Amino acid sequence: MSKKWTVLAVPVISVLLGLLAGAVIMLVSGNNPAAGYMALWNGAFGDTFYTGETLRQMTPYIFAGLAVAFAFRTGLFNIGVEGQLLVGWLASVWVGVAFTDLPKVIHLPMAIGAGALAGALWGFIPGFLKARLRVHEVIVTIMMNYTALHVTNHFIRNVISDGSDATDVVNETASLRSPFLENITDFSSLHNGLYLAVLAAIIMWFLLEKTTLGYELRAVGYNQHASEYAGMNVNRNIVLSMVISGAFAGIGGSMQGLGTFGNMFINSGFSGIGFDGIAVALLGGNTAIGVVLAALLFGALKVGSLNMPIESGVPNELVEIVIALIIFFVASSYMITWLLSRFKKKEAK
Amino acid sequence: MDYVIEMLGIRKEFNGFVANDDITLQLAKGEIHALLGENGAGKSTLMNVLFGLYQPEAGVIKVNGKDVHITNPNIANDLGIGMVHQHFMLVDTFTVTENIVLGNEPKKFGTVNMKQAEQKVRELSEQYGLAVDPSAKIADISVGMQQRVEILKTLYRGAEILIFDEPTAVLTPQEIKELIQIMRALIKEGKSIILITHKLKEIMEVCDRVTVIRKGKGIGTVNVTETNPNHLASLMVGRDVTFTTEKKEAVPAENVLEIRGLSVNDSRGVQAVRELNLDVRAGEIVGICGVDGNGQSELIEAITGLRKVSNGTVMLNGKNITSFKPRKVTESGVAHIPQDRHKHGLVLDYPIGVNMVLQTYYQKPFSKSGIMNYKEVYKKAASLIKEFDVRTPSETTLARALSGGNQQKAIIGREIDRDPDLLIAAQPTRGLDVGAIEFIHRRLIEQRDNGKAVLLLSFELDEIMNVSDRIAVIYEGQIVAVVQPKETTEQELGLLMAGSKKGAGERV
Repeated sequence: MSKKWTVLAVPVISVLLGLLAGAVIMLVSGNNPAAGYMALWNGAFGDTFYTGETLRQMTPYIFAGLAVAFAFRTGLFNIGVEGQLLVGWLASVWVGVAFTDLPKVIHLPMAIGAGALAGALWGFIPGFLKARLRVHEVIVTIMMNYTALHVTNHFIRNVISDGSDATDVVNETASLRSPFLENITDFSSLHNGLYLAVLAAIIMWFLLEKTTLGYELRAVGYNQHASEYAGMNVNRNIVLSMVISGAFAGIGGSMQGLGTFGNMFINSGFSGIGFDGIAVALLGGNTAIGVVLAALLFGALKVGSLNMPIESGVPNELVEIVIALIIFFVASSYMITWLLSRFKKKEAK
Repeated sequence: MDYVIEMLGIRKEFNGFVANDDITLQLAKGEIHALLGENGAGKSTLMNVLFGLYQPEAGVIKVNGKDVHITNPNIANDLGIGMVHQHFMLVDTFTVTENIVLGNEPKKFGTVNMKQAEQKVRELSEQYGLAVDPSAKIADISVGMQQRVEILKTLYRGAEILIFDEPTAVLTPQEIKELIQIMRALIKEGKSIILITHKLKEIMEVCDRVTVIRKGKGIGTVNVTETNPNHLASLMVGRDVTFTTEKKEAVPAENVLEIRGLSVNDSRGVQAVRELNLDVRAGEIVGICGVDGNGQSELIEAITGLRKVSNGTVMLNGKNITSFKPRKVTESGVAHIPQDRHKHGLVLDYPIGVNMVLQTYYQKPFSKSGIMNYKEVYKKAASLIKEFDVRTPSETTLARALSGGNQQKAIIGREIDRDPDLLIAAQPTRGLDVGAIEFIHRRLIEQRDNGKAVLLLSFELDEIMNVSDRIAVIYEGQIVAVVQPKETTEQELGLLMAGSKKGAGERV
């Protein structure tokens, strides 16, 4: 089996194993796996409304996954996507609410830009600390997640609104809502962010694989010593990589603020999208196309799971277990490649 | 003759590639038997077959005359076969004893009986004259000592047959001498040794017999008393090899590199280079010779901009390049073959072709307005690969997958191709076989003949003597003498390197 196939086989087999293990758990707990998965499928793609919801859920997952994947490809582990997403969400909504008489062509890009900028700033801090003081980015980004959660809550309650639990809805000129997409999906909450997500995936691919900057960023990720020897500015690249990663995450927040919800509200805990982004990137092999596919799967699982208790009586928490198992199997990819090679050997004999 | 190990007609294939083809190796009791071959000739494969890591497709292995099937390393251990690996398998934060007993701990009521273990390690160490402190932490002892711990590990497990995999590659000349004594002590105690190496000098010094393999095929076994280095080299490479590199008289011109009063600190902040002066002229090769750790690495890192200069100046073609960033140094006309090709020389996870533009990737035609043109990159790579005889399946093969010699050829091709005024070659032939060494030496001399300046750093005295036009001896961060290779001897250089000022050469 060629290397390319193994790269593809590991995530696919992981997903299948995760679903299989989920079926076993359903059986053991006295449920009907066939009915459960049928309900999951129907809940994700059963009719156009559900498909729309799945695609809408996929949108922020793509951004979160791209953010993690981008950092990872350049040798950094960005655990702070959650926090970068929250500040991006807030910044977008703020710009969306604050300006009232701008034309859409200016207002919408400005609101998204604000999200990107806020996420970039939130990524800049750990990047800078890593480049200057060699503080490990994992520690800093975890702390920055909590900081983001509480800072955004404070702003929502005390700055953008007067003690309210949510901001106003963003002006029409800054909204990503799309009557066209809503119409063709039976009035789901699918919005124009979908196009941006696909565009972002293409941009990430192009940036890493085709540009001179991408050549440098990946080189620094693989081998800092050789990059320094080659005359690259290693520290600048570390900061830049975190900034770009944070910007992806920040726009992920814009999708929530300008598209899905249209506002921002007090979060008692993390949205989870940033953390799921780590799983999406892992499952997608840290490639642009892989992230899009993995985000689609995660979106489908999340949205489809809501239908499981209704249609089949299987608790939707089971999907959380399936997701956890998929991540487990991807993480233990060594086991799968080993099994594959064993299988192949037997075949050869 | 009584053989403790016989490997008869061994054949091992990997996906159609034949790594070992009908190789026979017979180890007599109480001998040191060399296994000689170029990089990639199949030495390691053969030893891994013996050690149970690979299963041969054909052939018989006999231990003490009996057929055996070694299907995993534990069986090899039980048969008394121990391997001293080239890359040590030690836990840095553990003590010597803890490392030795790891996986084979003497137990007492469910706990490890460290006292008993230490006692046994001490006894073994004394028996073979290894002088290892059983309670020292691995992180605190020298590389030579660490290797002895590896030896003790095999002895502790009752090894009668020891395989040494390129044991001298990481050692200083002094440590090599000590290792040779240890090997002799082992033989005296009735052990037998297989020495994997491509260093002919060592074979001539310690071995009894040599088995040569070339490109996976067994060439034959010869007695060391009946051969000489030239003969062995030609057996190994398959053609005649010249050891003394042919070269014309140097015609040095003006100074290309001028270093004045250079002081550099090492990573711990200790002064490693102290007010050093050195000139390298166009059309000459200056060899820096010295014991490792006398400031050589820091000197080169300071010239190339990888390390901060604390005092003094570095001039290139009369232009001050002191403390320039690496890119500015490169653009000023300096090329650098780094000491550690894996750490500095290559991005191992990039294709070899992409590595060929590591310093020029941002220039036309490889990059235009921020966009890479990989077609041009691979075109350039293909021509360099051809010119410098880099053996690789394709330009898109990962650098990691190439053998050390081919990685080094790729780096040298890349550096020479930029047509630098000054070429710095730091240990350019480390770990390479004679064929590759010959090739690299010729290239360095070619640079010189084209009127370029070459600064060569090497720990191999042979290399320094053969290739250099002038030899600068470095000791404690200073050039203590500059001598002509024709007017000096290895003995004199050895004394100078050790800090004796009685050198005959001109003082700088």
